[in-house]
Amino acid sequence: MARVVVDVMLKPEILDPQGRAVEGSLRRLGLTGVTGVRQGKQFIIDLAGVVEGERLELLETLAAELLSNPVIEDYKLRVIEDQV
Amino acid sequence: MSVRVGVVTFPGSLDDRDAARAVRIAGGEAIALWHGDEDLKRVDAVILPGGFSYGDYLRCGAIARFAPVMHSIIERANAGMPLLGICNGFQILCESHLLPGALTRNDSLHFMCRDQRLRIENTSSPWTADFTSGQEIVIPLKNGEGGYVADERTLDALEAEGRVVARYLEVNPNGSRRDIAGIANERGNVVGLMPHPEHAVESLTGPSTDGINFFTSVLKSMVGS
Repeated sequence: MARVVVDVMLKPEILDPQGRAVEGSLRRLGLTGVTGVRQGKQFIIDLAGVVEGERLELLETLAAELLSNPVIEDYKLRVIEDQV
Repeated sequence: MSVRVGVVTFPGSLDDRDAARAVRIAGGEAIALWHGDEDLKRVDAVILPGGFSYGDYLRCGAIARFAPVMHSIIERANAGMPLLGICNGFQILCESHLLPGALTRNDSLHFMCRDQRLRIENTSSPWTADFTSGQEIVIPLKNGEGGYVADERTLDALEAEGRVVARYLEVNPNGSRRDIAGIANERGNVVGLMPHPEHAVESLTGPSTDGINFFTSVLKSMVGS
Protein backbone atom coordinates (compact mmCIF):
# COMPACT_ATOMS: atom_id res chain seq x y z
CA MET A 1 0.00 0.00 0.00
CA ALA A 2 1.16 3.49 -0.65
CA ARG A 3 0.06 6.99 0.09
CA VAL A 4 0.85 9.90 -2.21
CA VAL A 5 0.66 13.39 -0.75
CA VAL A 6 0.47 16.38 -3.09
CA ASP A 7 0.80 19.87 -1.63
CA VAL A 8 -0.36 22.72 -3.86
CA MET A 9 0.51 26.36 -3.12
CA LEU A 10 -0.06 29.57 -5.05
CA LYS A 11 3.19 30.80 -6.57
CA PRO A 12 4.85 33.46 -4.39
CA GLU A 13 4.12 36.24 -6.90
CA ILE A 14 0.38 35.47 -7.05
CA LEU A 15 -1.75 37.50 -4.66
CA ASP A 16 -3.42 35.28 -2.03
CA PRO A 17 -6.41 37.22 -0.70
CA GLN A 18 -7.52 34.27 1.46
CA GLY A 19 -4.13 34.07 3.11
CA ARG A 20 -4.24 37.81 3.68
CA ALA A 21 -7.66 37.56 5.35
CA VAL A 22 -6.40 34.76 7.61
CA GLU A 23 -3.36 36.88 8.44
CA GLY A 24 -5.65 39.70 9.58
CA SER A 25 -7.61 37.30 11.80
CA LEU A 26 -4.48 35.90 13.41
CA ARG A 27 -3.41 39.43 14.32
CA ARG A 28 -6.84 40.33 15.70
CA LEU A 29 -6.74 37.18 17.86
CA GLY A 30 -3.54 38.34 19.49
CA LEU A 31 -0.78 36.61 17.55
CA THR A 32 2.18 38.95 17.33
CA GLY A 33 4.96 39.03 14.80
CA VAL A 34 2.97 37.60 11.85
CA THR A 35 4.84 38.53 8.67
CA GLY A 36 2.82 36.53 6.17
CA VAL A 37 0.22 33.77 5.63
CA ARG A 38 -0.26 31.71 2.47
CA GLN A 39 -3.12 29.24 2.11
CA GLY A 40 -2.78 26.06 0.06
CA LYS A 41 -4.31 22.63 -0.52
CA GLN A 42 -3.25 19.10 0.28
CA PHE A 43 -4.35 15.99 -1.61
CA ILE A 44 -3.93 12.59 0.04
CA ILE A 45 -4.15 9.75 -2.47
CA ASP A 46 -4.20 6.19 -1.16
CA LEU A 47 -3.19 3.47 -3.59
CA ALA A 48 -2.97 -0.31 -3.62
CA GLY A 49 0.39 -1.75 -4.68
CA VAL A 50 3.64 0.10 -5.18
CA VAL A 51 4.08 3.51 -6.71
CA GLU A 52 6.97 3.53 -9.17
CA GLY A 53 7.80 3.71 -12.86
CA GLU A 54 4.97 4.68 -15.22
CA ARG A 55 2.50 4.95 -12.37
CA LEU A 56 4.66 7.51 -10.60
CA GLU A 57 5.15 9.38 -13.89
CA LEU A 58 1.36 9.47 -14.38
CA LEU A 59 0.92 10.78 -10.83
CA GLU A 60 3.46 13.54 -11.54
CA THR A 61 1.60 14.44 -14.74
CA LEU A 62 -1.77 14.50 -12.97
CA ALA A 63 -0.35 16.61 -10.14
CA ALA A 64 0.97 19.08 -12.70
CA GLU A 65 -2.06 19.15 -15.00
CA LEU A 66 -5.12 18.37 -12.88
CA LEU A 67 -4.33 18.94 -9.21
CA SER A 68 -2.46 22.20 -9.85
CA ASN A 69 -2.51 24.95 -12.46
CA PRO A 70 1.10 25.69 -13.46
CA VAL A 71 0.18 29.27 -14.35
CA ILE A 72 -0.56 30.19 -10.75
CA GLU A 73 0.44 27.24 -8.55
CA ASP A 74 3.42 25.07 -7.57
CA TYR A 75 3.06 21.50 -6.34
CA LYS A 76 5.18 19.10 -4.30
CA LEU A 77 4.55 15.36 -4.52
CA ARG A 78 5.83 12.79 -2.06
CA VAL A 79 5.28 9.05 -1.82
CA ILE A 80 4.88 7.35 1.54
CA GLU A 81 5.08 3.55 1.28
CA ASP A 82 3.52 1.05 3.71
CA GLN A 83 0.82 3.48 4.73
CA VAL A 84 -2.92 3.22 5.30
CA MET B 1 -29.44 28.44 -43.55
CA SER B 2 -29.18 29.90 -40.08
CA VAL B 3 -25.89 29.73 -38.22
CA ARG B 4 -25.72 26.95 -35.62
CA VAL B 5 -24.21 28.06 -32.33
CA GLY B 6 -23.65 25.35 -29.72
CA VAL B 7 -24.10 26.12 -26.02
CA VAL B 8 -22.56 23.59 -23.65
CA THR B 9 -24.26 22.50 -20.45
CA PHE B 10 -21.93 21.17 -17.75
CA PRO B 11 -23.22 19.99 -14.37
CA GLY B 12 -23.48 23.31 -12.56
CA SER B 13 -23.80 25.57 -15.62
CA LEU B 14 -26.21 28.44 -14.91
CA ASP B 15 -26.28 30.70 -17.93
CA ASP B 16 -26.69 28.18 -20.73
CA ARG B 17 -30.36 29.08 -21.20
CA ASP B 18 -29.62 32.81 -21.36
CA ALA B 19 -26.76 32.23 -23.81
CA ALA B 20 -29.02 30.13 -26.04
CA ARG B 21 -31.71 32.80 -25.83
CA ALA B 22 -29.20 35.49 -26.81
CA VAL B 23 -28.20 33.42 -29.85
CA ARG B 24 -31.87 33.14 -30.89
CA ILE B 25 -32.55 36.85 -30.37
CA ALA B 26 -29.52 37.62 -32.54
CA GLY B 27 -31.04 35.45 -35.28
CA GLY B 28 -29.07 32.24 -34.93
CA GLU B 29 -30.01 28.69 -34.10
CA ALA B 30 -28.97 27.64 -30.59
CA ILE B 31 -27.89 24.01 -30.30
CA ALA B 32 -27.71 22.41 -26.85
CA LEU B 33 -24.46 20.49 -26.29
CA TRP B 34 -23.94 18.11 -23.39
CA HIS B 35 -20.70 17.87 -21.38
CA GLY B 36 -20.61 14.09 -21.58
CA ASP B 37 -21.08 13.90 -25.35
CA GLU B 38 -18.21 14.45 -27.79
CA ASP B 39 -20.69 15.10 -30.64
CA LEU B 40 -20.77 18.79 -31.55
CA LYS B 41 -23.87 18.34 -33.77
CA ARG B 42 -22.44 20.21 -36.78
CA VAL B 43 -22.30 23.56 -34.98
CA ASP B 44 -20.46 26.52 -36.53
CA ALA B 45 -19.43 28.09 -33.21
CA VAL B 46 -19.57 27.25 -29.51
CA ILE B 47 -20.30 29.17 -26.31
CA LEU B 48 -19.11 27.94 -22.90
CA PRO B 49 -21.58 29.60 -20.52
CA GLY B 50 -21.22 30.96 -17.02
CA GLY B 51 -21.99 29.13 -13.81
CA PHE B 52 -20.17 26.76 -11.51
CA SER B 53 -19.24 23.71 -13.56
CA TYR B 54 -18.60 20.72 -11.29
CA GLY B 55 -19.29 22.95 -8.30
CA ASP B 56 -16.05 24.91 -8.90
CA TYR B 57 -14.36 21.97 -7.15
CA LEU B 58 -10.55 21.78 -7.33
CA ARG B 59 -10.30 25.09 -9.27
CA CYS B 60 -12.92 26.87 -11.37
CA GLY B 61 -13.01 25.12 -14.75
CA ALA B 62 -10.33 22.55 -13.84
CA ILE B 63 -12.60 19.51 -14.07
CA ALA B 64 -14.71 20.81 -16.99
CA ARG B 65 -11.55 20.99 -19.05
CA PHE B 66 -11.43 17.19 -19.13
CA ALA B 67 -15.12 16.67 -20.04
CA PRO B 68 -15.64 14.61 -23.23
CA VAL B 69 -17.24 17.55 -25.07
CA MET B 70 -14.08 19.59 -24.47
CA HIS B 71 -11.95 17.15 -26.50
CA SER B 72 -13.98 17.97 -29.61
CA ILE B 73 -14.22 21.67 -28.80
CA ILE B 74 -10.46 22.08 -28.27
CA GLU B 75 -9.79 20.27 -31.55
CA ARG B 76 -12.24 22.45 -33.50
CA ALA B 77 -11.07 25.66 -31.81
CA ASN B 78 -7.48 24.88 -32.76
CA ALA B 79 -8.74 24.54 -36.34
CA GLY B 80 -10.34 28.01 -36.19
CA MET B 81 -13.91 27.51 -34.95
CA PRO B 82 -15.20 30.60 -33.08
CA LEU B 83 -15.39 29.81 -29.35
CA LEU B 84 -16.59 32.19 -26.63
CA GLY B 85 -16.18 31.49 -22.92
CA ILE B 86 -18.19 33.68 -20.57
CA CYS B 87 -17.26 33.85 -16.87
CA ASN B 88 -16.91 30.16 -15.88
CA GLY B 89 -16.44 29.55 -19.62
CA PHE B 90 -13.46 31.95 -19.56
CA GLN B 91 -12.06 30.00 -16.61
CA ILE B 92 -12.46 26.75 -18.57
CA LEU B 93 -10.65 28.26 -21.59
CA CYS B 94 -7.70 29.24 -19.38
CA GLU B 95 -7.62 25.83 -17.70
CA SER B 96 -7.68 24.23 -21.20
CA HIS B 97 -4.71 26.40 -22.23
CA LEU B 98 -6.71 27.77 -25.15
CA LEU B 99 -6.10 31.17 -23.55
CA PRO B 100 -3.09 32.22 -21.47
CA GLY B 101 -3.20 33.17 -17.79
CA ALA B 102 -5.66 32.22 -15.07
CA LEU B 103 -8.63 33.61 -13.13
CA THR B 104 -8.12 33.91 -9.38
CA ARG B 105 -10.12 34.86 -6.31
CA ASN B 106 -11.32 38.48 -6.40
CA ASP B 107 -8.82 40.65 -4.53
CA SER B 108 -11.67 41.95 -2.31
CA LEU B 109 -12.66 38.35 -1.45
CA HIS B 110 -16.26 39.42 -2.12
CA PHE B 111 -18.50 38.02 -4.83
CA MET B 112 -19.15 40.98 -7.13
CA CYS B 113 -22.48 41.54 -8.86
CA ARG B 114 -22.89 44.84 -10.68
CA ASP B 115 -23.59 46.53 -13.99
CA GLN B 116 -20.10 47.01 -15.34
CA ARG B 117 -18.82 49.56 -17.83
CA LEU B 118 -16.33 48.16 -20.35
CA ARG B 119 -14.36 49.39 -23.31
CA ILE B 120 -14.20 47.10 -26.36
CA GLU B 121 -10.64 47.30 -27.65
CA ASN B 122 -10.47 44.52 -30.21
CA THR B 123 -13.06 44.41 -33.00
CA SER B 124 -11.25 41.94 -35.25
CA SER B 125 -12.46 38.78 -33.46
CA PRO B 126 -15.56 36.99 -34.76
CA TRP B 127 -17.26 37.80 -31.43
CA THR B 128 -16.65 41.57 -31.47
CA ALA B 129 -16.76 42.61 -35.14
CA ASP B 130 -20.11 44.37 -34.64
CA PHE B 131 -18.62 46.82 -32.12
CA THR B 132 -16.63 49.92 -32.97
CA SER B 133 -13.13 50.06 -31.56
CA GLY B 134 -13.12 51.91 -28.25
CA GLN B 135 -16.91 51.53 -27.86
CA GLU B 136 -18.07 51.69 -24.25
CA ILE B 137 -20.76 49.27 -23.11
CA VAL B 138 -22.51 48.33 -19.86
CA ILE B 139 -23.27 44.67 -19.13
CA PRO B 140 -23.72 42.65 -15.92
CA LEU B 141 -20.73 41.21 -14.12
CA LYS B 142 -21.02 38.53 -11.42
CA ASN B 143 -18.07 36.55 -10.19
CA GLY B 144 -16.13 35.44 -7.16
CA GLU B 145 -12.99 34.37 -9.00
CA GLY B 146 -12.59 36.84 -11.83
CA GLY B 147 -9.17 38.30 -11.15
CA TYR B 148 -7.21 37.87 -14.37
CA VAL B 149 -3.52 37.08 -13.79
CA ALA B 150 -0.64 36.23 -16.10
CA ASP B 151 3.08 36.91 -16.00
CA GLU B 152 4.32 40.32 -17.19
CA ARG B 153 5.65 38.94 -20.46
CA THR B 154 2.26 37.42 -21.31
CA LEU B 155 0.45 40.64 -20.38
CA ASP B 156 2.84 42.67 -22.54
CA ALA B 157 2.30 40.27 -25.46
CA LEU B 158 -1.52 40.48 -25.08
CA GLU B 159 -1.31 44.29 -25.20
CA ALA B 160 1.19 44.43 -28.07
CA GLU B 161 -0.81 41.99 -30.20
CA GLY B 162 -4.13 43.75 -29.56
CA ARG B 163 -5.53 40.69 -27.83
CA VAL B 164 -7.14 42.55 -24.91
CA VAL B 165 -10.74 42.34 -26.10
CA ALA B 166 -12.39 44.30 -23.28
CA ARG B 167 -11.17 46.34 -20.32
CA TYR B 168 -12.95 47.41 -17.12
CA LEU B 169 -13.75 51.12 -16.88
CA GLU B 170 -14.39 53.20 -13.72
CA VAL B 171 -14.07 50.24 -11.33
CA ASN B 172 -11.80 47.21 -11.46
CA PRO B 173 -14.21 44.77 -9.79
CA ASN B 174 -11.86 41.87 -9.07
CA GLY B 175 -8.23 42.96 -9.15
CA SER B 176 -7.62 41.85 -12.75
CA ARG B 177 -4.17 42.77 -13.98
CA ARG B 178 -4.26 45.84 -16.23
CA ASP B 179 -8.08 46.01 -15.88
CA ILE B 180 -8.45 43.10 -18.31
CA ALA B 181 -12.05 41.88 -18.69
CA GLY B 182 -11.56 39.73 -21.79
CA ILE B 183 -8.86 38.40 -24.09
CA ALA B 184 -8.47 36.55 -27.38
CA ASN B 185 -6.08 33.84 -28.55
CA GLU B 186 -3.44 34.61 -31.21
CA ARG B 187 -5.72 33.62 -34.06
CA GLY B 188 -8.59 35.64 -32.60
CA ASN B 189 -11.26 32.93 -32.83
CA VAL B 190 -11.21 32.06 -29.11
CA VAL B 191 -12.42 34.79 -26.75
CA GLY B 192 -12.81 34.69 -22.97
CA LEU B 193 -14.88 37.32 -21.21
CA MET B 194 -15.58 37.66 -17.48
CA PRO B 195 -18.75 39.87 -17.68
CA HIS B 196 -22.01 38.55 -19.12
CA PRO B 197 -23.22 39.86 -22.51
CA GLU B 198 -25.98 37.22 -22.59
CA HIS B 199 -27.72 39.03 -19.71
CA ALA B 200 -27.83 42.30 -21.67
CA VAL B 201 -29.79 41.47 -24.80
CA GLU B 202 -33.28 42.72 -23.88
CA SER B 203 -34.31 46.03 -22.35
CA LEU B 204 -36.82 44.33 -20.02
CA THR B 205 -34.16 42.50 -18.02
CA GLY B 206 -30.75 43.92 -18.83
CA PRO B 207 -29.06 47.21 -17.94
CA SER B 208 -28.67 47.71 -21.71
CA THR B 209 -28.87 45.68 -24.91
CA ASP B 210 -25.13 46.16 -25.53
CA GLY B 211 -24.44 42.46 -25.12
CA ILE B 212 -26.30 41.40 -28.27
CA ASN B 213 -23.40 42.53 -30.49
CA PHE B 214 -21.27 39.60 -29.33
CA PHE B 215 -23.90 37.25 -30.75
CA THR B 216 -24.72 39.16 -33.95
CA SER B 217 -20.97 39.44 -34.57
CA VAL B 218 -20.42 35.70 -34.70
CA LEU B 219 -23.47 35.13 -36.91
CA LYS B 220 -22.23 37.68 -39.43
CA SER B 221 -18.70 36.32 -39.37
CA MET B 222 -20.01 32.83 -40.13
CA VAL B 223 -22.24 34.01 -42.97
CA GLY B 224 -19.37 36.00 -44.42
CA SER B 225 -16.91 33.12 -44.28
